[in-house]
Amino acid sequence: MTETTSQPIPSQPKRNLFQQLDLDVRLLGMIGAFVILCIGFNILTDGRFLSPRNLFNLTIQTVSVAIMATGMVFVIVMRHIDLSVGGVLAVTSAVMALVQTKFLPTYLGLGFDNPLTWVIAIAIGLAIGTLIGAFQGWLIGYQGVPAFIVTLGGFLVWRNYGWLFTSGQTIGPLDKNFLVLGGVSGTMGEAVSWTIGVIAVAVSLWAMISSRRGRIQHGFPAKPAWAEGTVMGIVACSILGFVWILNSYDIPTRKLQRMFEAKGEVMPDGLEVGYGLPISVLILIVTAIVMTIVARRTRLGRYIFATGGNPDAAELSGINIRFLTVKVFAIMGFLCALSAVVASARLQNHTNDIGTLDELRVIAAAVIGGTALAGGAGTIYGAILGALVMQSLQSGMAMVGVDAPLQNIVVGSVLVLAVWLDIQYRKRMGAKI
Amino acid sequence: MTASESKSAKQRRADGDTPLVELEDICVSFGGIHAVDHVSVDLHPGEVVGLLGHNGAGKSTLIKVLSGAYQMDSGEIRINGDKAEITNPRDARTYNVETIYQTLALADNLDAASNLFLGRELTTKVGLVDDAAMEAECRRIMGGLNPNFRKFSEPVSALSGGQRQSVAIARAVYFNAKILIMDEPTAALGPQETQMVAELIQKLKAQGIGIFLIDHDVHAVMELCDRASVMKNGQLVGTVHIDEVTDDDLLSMIILGKMPGQAAA
Ligand SMILES: Nc1ncnc2c1ncn2[C@@H]1O[C@H](COP(=O)(O)OP(=O)(O)OP(=O)(O)O)[C@@H](O)[C@H]1O
Ligand SMILES: [Mg+2]
Repeated sequence: MTETTSQPIPSQPKRNLFQQLDLDVRLLGMIGAFVILCIGFNILTDGRFLSPRNLFNLTIQTVSVAIMATGMVFVIVMRHIDLSVGGVLAVTSAVMALVQTKFLPTYLGLGFDNPLTWVIAIAIGLAIGTLIGAFQGWLIGYQGVPAFIVTLGGFLVWRNYGWLFTSGQTIGPLDKNFLVLGGVSGTMGEAVSWTIGVIAVAVSLWAMISSRRGRIQHGFPAKPAWAEGTVMGIVACSILGFVWILNSYDIPTRKLQRMFEAKGEVMPDGLEVGYGLPISVLILIVTAIVMTIVARRTRLGRYIFATGGNPDAAELSGINIRFLTVKVFAIMGFLCALSAVVASARLQNHTNDIGTLDELRVIAAAVIGGTALAGGAGTIYGAILGALVMQSLQSGMAMVGVDAPLQNIVVGSVLVLAVWLDIQYRKRMGAKI
Repeated sequence: MTASESKSAKQRRADGDTPLVELEDICVSFGGIHAVDHVSVDLHPGEVVGLLGHNGAGKSTLIKVLSGAYQMDSGEIRINGDKAEITNPRDARTYNVETIYQTLALADNLDAASNLFLGRELTTKVGLVDDAAMEAECRRIMGGLNPNFRKFSEPVSALSGGQRQSVAIARAVYFNAKILIMDEPTAALGPQETQMVAELIQKLKAQGIGIFLIDHDVHAVMELCDRASVMKNGQLVGTVHIDEVTDDDLLSMIILGKMPGQAAA
């Protein structure tokens, strides 16, 4: 790599290992901090924190906030904010709960646990979430009311519509098929999980290889093969490791026995069955993939980032910023409703306080994950990792027995610290912001 | 090339051909300020028309009407003799009007290729943006425009003023502009890059593109333009043929707001 003088591509300044691997240093820093956090809590809890059981629960608890955080990335990249996500989650959860426990079974006479119920309930919930988001986006984009104000209003309005509809009562138990989407009661078992894991590895390797081939075909500089191979290895190991962790949390024997009894069979002695991948986590993964493709490979995503970088330039380039704002908030609303499905199914009921303070968790996740409030920069995977860090911090402290006020003090400080570190990092990298 | 295409701009005017662009009796006001006050200018294919005037004379505002960034209060735009409805930048693009703005309209967080194709991305068969193809096209066109340009994968915020300028110019050139608006294209450039832009203007002119050039440098206007229209306080002082006036005539038009003949009187 030293004899670059004869090459057409200009000689690169001395590059370190990370640069050659072309890994996101910011991401690595976050993963590093996360690993230290986990190990620390693991020591303090005598190994309970990193037990498969806790990791499984941690994953399930993160899903709802993480789904919304992916949408918040778009909102913040566009230089807006959404303070209403917890409220939108609450009202869509309330509507879906009412539809599946009152409206469909009693008024429409479908009966309880009808196989159609969950589909209809979710479709209605997603539609309402999308409409609420689009309406807020219209107020912001076409009427010029600042997002902060529109969604601050929405913060009060939507949650209390939910309260109004349910008279503040807990609605449940929810439809049996619906509950499957919540986590523990809907996992895919070891075999299916491994299959999905292997498919995921194959697809991501294929994506990386084809992108590399594209660069080589066009004669652009590409990473050295060994670096590409290393990154692929890391990706494959992470995916399979994640599946392995979820698979190694075994279903408690008594619960397993009951499952066999329900089918009228006898459980073989010493049988161990892992939970495997929860469906809610699969929903998050699919959301993350779709949102990443939207961000990176579609015009919509390109316009969102361009507008965040320079709204005037975007407008002069012929981008319809007003409509774009509607779309971004509609996506956010849709994701709030999707989160509502996962959150209420996990709790098995709709409760009046569902999603309380979620707006702050979601914004914190996106920001810790590297989304710049100045707009124009942010990643989907960063936001998900941010959500995971927040959740780990919270439940780790709870396990250690830290008092509630102290927990909040720590979480709040970590948020500010993370952003401060990010600013220092960006300055070092020579960015203007 | 047909006979009519090879005619010089001067010949076309003499023959009374329909101009490529006619801005007629344009008025734009912001609140009470008449930023552009009953101004008419026109442009033939292969012609460079300079727009001159003091700061705040209304030059940028006038051309933003043509590029769709501002709406006029009254007046008419005709392109090839037909009335054109330009209410936003997308409309302007359908008439092949491309603009290089004084305040470089680039998204700082995106790379050169993304900026070059912003709003008109190349896509793959399934409709996803094709970054590799766009980078290839970007490398090709930048190679012709500014061979020293290397920073293809960095956000344009990492580029120098001149490099950013060449991205903005590349965007206007790439999409087959017929009408090109350049609002102080060399304001941020060094002498070498300025020369590059001057050569580019000559090249585009030879291809039959009509160019509105806003520039404070009277010498550059004398060198590059066929005609010059001078504005003062939102009004048109007058339009002159460059080969019939001197630097001083232009300067006195800008400063005194009077046509050469009047100034002498
Ligand atoms: N968006 C706007 N809102 C209000 N006033 C404006 C706006 N844009 C321009 N103006 C006013 O219109 C007048 C003409 O401005 P314009 O930008 O067209 O000047 P210019 O001739 O391009 O000047 P310069 O040489 O400094 O670029 C100025 O008085 C300016 O203050
Ligand atoms: Mg100007």
